[in-house]
Amino acid sequence: MILEVKNINCSRGHRQLFAGLNFSVSSKELLLVEGKNGCGKSTLLKILSGLRRPDTGEVMWNDHALDTISSEYTQKMVWLSHRNGINDSLTAKENIQVSISLSKSADININDVLERVGLKGYANTPVRQFSAGMKRRLALSRLITQHASLWILDEPHGALDKAGIELLESLIKSHVSNKGMVIMSSHHDVQFENITVNTLQL
Amino acid sequence: MTPIRSFYLLISREFLIAFRHRHEALNPLLFFILVCLLFPLGIGPSPQLLNTIAPGIIWAAALLAILMSLGNVFRTEYEDGTLELMVLANQPLIILTLIKLLAHWMLNVFPLILLSPIIASALGMGFDVQVMLILTLLLGTPVLLLVGATVATLTLVIPQNGMLLALLVLPLYVPVLIFGTSAVNATAAGMSAAGPLYVLAAMCILSLTLSPFAIVAALKTGVSQ
Repeated sequence: MILEVKNINCSRGHRQLFAGLNFSVSSKELLLVEGKNGCGKSTLLKILSGLRRPDTGEVMWNDHALDTISSEYTQKMVWLSHRNGINDSLTAKENIQVSISLSKSADININDVLERVGLKGYANTPVRQFSAGMKRRLALSRLITQHASLWILDEPHGALDKAGIELLESLIKSHVSNKGMVIMSSHHDVQFENITVNTLQL
Repeated sequence: MTPIRSFYLLISREFLIAFRHRHEALNPLLFFILVCLLFPLGIGPSPQLLNTIAPGIIWAAALLAILMSLGNVFRTEYEDGTLELMVLANQPLIILTLIKLLAHWMLNVFPLILLSPIIASALGMGFDVQVMLILTLLLGTPVLLLVGATVATLTLVIPQNGMLLALLVLPLYVPVLIFGTSAVNATAAGMSAAGPLYVLAAMCILSLTLSPFAIVAALKTGVSQ
């Protein structure tokens, strides 16, 4: 599996964000997208997820351009943006059920998933009562439920506490060593041992 | 998870959210009832006058109640990021859109239609006219919802889009209002309502087949911003 970016350009309004960008990510790799605020990290990740098209250039997944294989691609990819994709009026369990039914993933034990992201005992609590960090943890549960090979994470650290960041990093590490690939943007200093980390400076 | 179970879960999600915000969900219904009941108080209780204007009042009140509810279609989903998940979902976006619209119609529009015979009798409408009123509402409200939802999705990226939405949608609503009320008025006058009813049915089929695709395109543009 390989994701290749060929010569993409993107601008917002009259401002050019990036031009002539080329890189590729393959299995067992983590790509870290770095750059100052407003340099187009989120826009780049949005393009990689298929939500947005580059102005020119192409994103290729296993030698097919993204716009022609979208349903095949979405099954292999999980997207976590700075918005959590969680409805406040539903409980944690109901939110996970919704994300499972949207992604067509196999039925799983929701309590196990909640335990893994450190929300044991909160299954029937409305998300409205969650703190920002707990909501982020709930959003991380999508990484576990969807069984995707490519993770695209936009500022995944969000409001996570120390233990939450450790959880996120252990999830990423075990995913990458299991032949997965991860593309993420982050302001934090991230330390990953024993896995290939490439950095893209925007 | 089988598709049927997924769709069942997604429909029940809409109903759960509406149930937990029931005071909000009741707003359009309350508005509809108040407009229909305040009119007779304002213009006096003459049965003939009420009989003449009743179809217009009920239709206009239903139209405005639907317009009121349009701001909510896809708004929370857009703001909390669920919309991105829907666009990237492994389910066809057109089906997810239809689920959402169906739930919106059942929650916000169907109660108005259920109540309309009661209000119609209060305004002195005869039985056959009431049947025609319900028929026109059943054919016309899907058009109002689908056309309105298309424009609402197109203006999704604009915060506080209520005023703009009303301005853009109202001209598109006028033909539905005209054909809806003229079918009811024709029945009240003892004439055949077939003509306006056919036009209304044609508009219903047209919007049912075309606007979901327009909404899907607008949603994809919305999340790419």
